[in-house]
Amino acid sequence: MGGVGAKALAAAAAAWPVGSKVACRDAYGRALVELGRENPAVVVLDADLSASTKTVEFARAFPERFFNAGIAEQNMMGLAAGLAAAGKVPFASTFAVFASGRAFDQVRMSIAYPGLGVKIVATHGGLTVGEDGASHQALEDLALMRALPGMTVIVPADAVETYQAVWAVAARPGPAYVRVGRSAVPVVFGADYRFEVGRMAVLRQGRDVAIIACGHMVALGLEAAAELARRGVEAMVLNASTIKPLDREAVVAAARATGAVVTAEDHSVVGGLGGAVAEVLGEEWPTPLIRVGVGDRFGESGPPAGLLEAYGMAVRHIVEAAVRVKGRAGGRRAPG
Amino acid sequence: MDPRLAKAARAVPPELVRELEARARTLRRHVIAMTGRAGSGHPGGSLSAADIVAALYFHVLRLDPARPRWEERDRFVLSKGHAAPVVYAALAERGFFPVQELATLRRLGSRLQGHPDRKSTPGIEMSTGSLGQGLSTACGMALAGRLDGKRWRVYALLGDGEIQEGQVWEAAMAAAHYRLDNLTAFVDWNGFQIDGPIEKVMSPLPIAEKWRAFGWEAVEIDGHDFRQILAAAGYARGVEGRPTVVVARTVKGRGVSFMEGRAEWHGKAPGPAEVEQALRELGGEGR
Repeated sequence: MGGVGAKALAAAAAAWPVGSKVACRDAYGRALVELGRENPAVVVLDADLSASTKTVEFARAFPERFFNAGIAEQNMMGLAAGLAAAGKVPFASTFAVFASGRAFDQVRMSIAYPGLGVKIVATHGGLTVGEDGASHQALEDLALMRALPGMTVIVPADAVETYQAVWAVAARPGPAYVRVGRSAVPVVFGADYRFEVGRMAVLRQGRDVAIIACGHMVALGLEAAAELARRGVEAMVLNASTIKPLDREAVVAAARATGAVVTAEDHSVVGGLGGAVAEVLGEEWPTPLIRVGVGDRFGESGPPAGLLEAYGMAVRHIVEAAVRVKGRAGGRRAPG
Repeated sequence: MDPRLAKAARAVPPELVRELEARARTLRRHVIAMTGRAGSGHPGGSLSAADIVAALYFHVLRLDPARPRWEERDRFVLSKGHAAPVVYAALAERGFFPVQELATLRRLGSRLQGHPDRKSTPGIEMSTGSLGQGLSTACGMALAGRLDGKRWRVYALLGDGEIQEGQVWEAAMAAAHYRLDNLTAFVDWNGFQIDGPIEKVMSPLPIAEKWRAFGWEAVEIDGHDFRQILAAAGYARGVEGRPTVVVARTVKGRGVSFMEGRAEWHGKAPGPAEVEQALRELGGEGR
């Protein structure tokens, strides 16, 4: 299968200029249709949420290759597994809570264990689902998916990266879990950005503290870095869009260069990006770390911005965490 | 016997029945020897399904042991994954891997895992063992076959206790919705699950009526009568516009007197003396 062409990439990036606000799921819908045109083996499944996940775009373009499983996520994952076993490239979508939690055993047993190339694209991940409340806020999906052997786990930062990630997982053998949110989020990347599975991109250099973020928290991390710069603190910002396989070298390099790390994710601080970074640092380069994310608790209803403020995940909290962790680090930065 | 199957059942040649009976006896002997050697495993549900598995692997399924992933092959999904020993025995006897390898069942490093593993065992189409999932994957394969205009068929074997899993009915709904007439499911109705008789633990009865209500064609057979098994498989091939389920009445532990109809042999391996007695009872020209 051919990868995404430079022209298509440029067109996608042009559709979503840097600084504009776009929901990543819109980019997913667009990528799916283009991918479907390119590769006849691509099939798409949904569980009665196609208008929300944007798989409806593919359903309109290729009705014969779209399968609505109804409100039956477990069966949807099994159908996807069977389609993959027979040579198809299935994309299966629903909200992140259902994709990871409701159908966990199906993802584990029928997809991950046999290593089948099902691409799960889960939307409405994280606290910023907002008003639907805790039942619909997937705060543990990254932890669940990251624990499965062979599962690639990706949390794109914006529409541009989502678009490229969809192409990337289609071209990559084996299962993948791509998680995006519900809300429109700032576009961070321009036409020159190239996503690569397993590579953490340094978006901003800085020697005082490293902010490692994923998803829409990357934009907040960049804002936090700008605020820190005004206070004389130079923060490095990294985009950890691939949660698994994690770019361990980039994590260690950032820790060595700055001596203090903050992670930022729209997920529980247990087992997601913060957990993954803590594992690497603990084993390879012990470094003071503060994980910004949802504490060990469920979410609640509210507007996304209000929730981020209430749960300690707004820009000012990332700034505070950076200052605090830097203070804890003392002078332990690696020499040179 | 279901009157719809009577004519086809009568037409099955006696020599074919005799051949399949011998095959099934061989599979049963392997099941006893394998689980006995492994010291664990599930003989009861393997023995109850042995005749269905023998009929499928030695007559119904189009397979090429030299090319396990041959594109035009029929697909078989063992949804009741704990009956892996009987399917391993059939695969070995069909030549997918050496018969001697059956002795490695459940050993460290063996290709023959306790439950089916698509990645390690030639001929295994889907990893199963967490009950209730195989029918969904079989439906996915059937969808793929139909999308590509292929003539290969998909077969799934489920346990009667297994259909207590809700996902089975999600899959049943989907298979009928998508009119998957290239899919045939067998339910091995041996009447027992680990904790006892299915009606006592959590009754899934009536079985055939449930599948019919979900939009399936359903036939009931004696799952130890090769004439009926073959007639049912042939009948299913002729059904258009909907999937078919073959509800096969079987005896748990079939063929071994002290295992027949006993729930405790669901997941317990026979000891050396029991292996000896079982093999003596199975006798025949099994290899």
